[in-house]
Amino acid sequence: MPRLTVWSIRAALLYLLVGFTFGQLMLYNKGIPINGALWRLLPAHIEFLLVGWIGQLALATAHWIIPRFRGGVYGNLKLAWLSIILLNSGILMAGLGPVLNTPRWVVLAGRIAEAAAVLVFAIYIWPRIRPLGQEP
Amino acid sequence: MPKLTRWFIKTALVYLILALALGLVLASAGIFPQPFSVGGLTSVYFHLFMVGWVTQLIFGVANWMFPTLNREAPRGSETLGWATYYLVNAGLLLRAIGEPLLASGGAALWAILLVLSSALLVIAGLAFLVNNWNRVRGR
Repeated sequence: MPRLTVWSIRAALLYLLVGFTFGQLMLYNKGIPINGALWRLLPAHIEFLLVGWIGQLALATAHWIIPRFRGGVYGNLKLAWLSIILLNSGILMAGLGPVLNTPRWVVLAGRIAEAAAVLVFAIYIWPRIRPLGQEP
Repeated sequence: MPKLTRWFIKTALVYLILALALGLVLASAGIFPQPFSVGGLTSVYFHLFMVGWVTQLIFGVANWMFPTLNREAPRGSETLGWATYYLVNAGLLLRAIGEPLLASGGAALWAILLVLSSALLVIAGLAFLVNNWNRVRGR
């Protein structure tokens, strides 16, 4: 498993745990109300689980599994790392913005970072997606 | 394919069917009269889909495909693996039962089901993380 995949899947596992914990707090609060402010965790719960856990796990696995170039070369790794850094910055901004009551542009910047991350990842992985046995 | 993976994937497929069936009920709620209240079911629908289907499928495939840990315990602790399976499913089922019943003005028992469900799900997530953290590693 390449280093980027290790970092990215471990980050996804942490998002899974934090996302589940936020969900746990809200579900507990639904059963036995303790504090209405806990509902502010909902955007982070969704962001962490959809993008941080599932989305990131998919990108990390793609980097690992999709056929490499001749000699086991992954491609432009700087692009791949940039994508993962942008993705995680975006998740934290878009997820934690509403929780921390930051200005609305923080969430917008987070979403832009996430979209840019996916665009960069697509550019990085595109040449590796090819028919079986066809070397670029 | 290991036994635990087969159970995860087959159970995930059952949840996919249940989620889509529930989606059908929710979509028809404004069109046809329903014999019961659909309050609280939207959240159940999302969770059956995202936890029951997507996350459980990932748990199953990860258990199968992640690099092996060592010769003695290639997929980590079998006990933790099965604990994850039982906890995530028990937590999800309790939620699917408790949430609509609480929304329809149910008793304190349903609130306790939700509290119990929330604890089981977070422990399931922790068990999966602990069991797989060291399998996520370089060559």
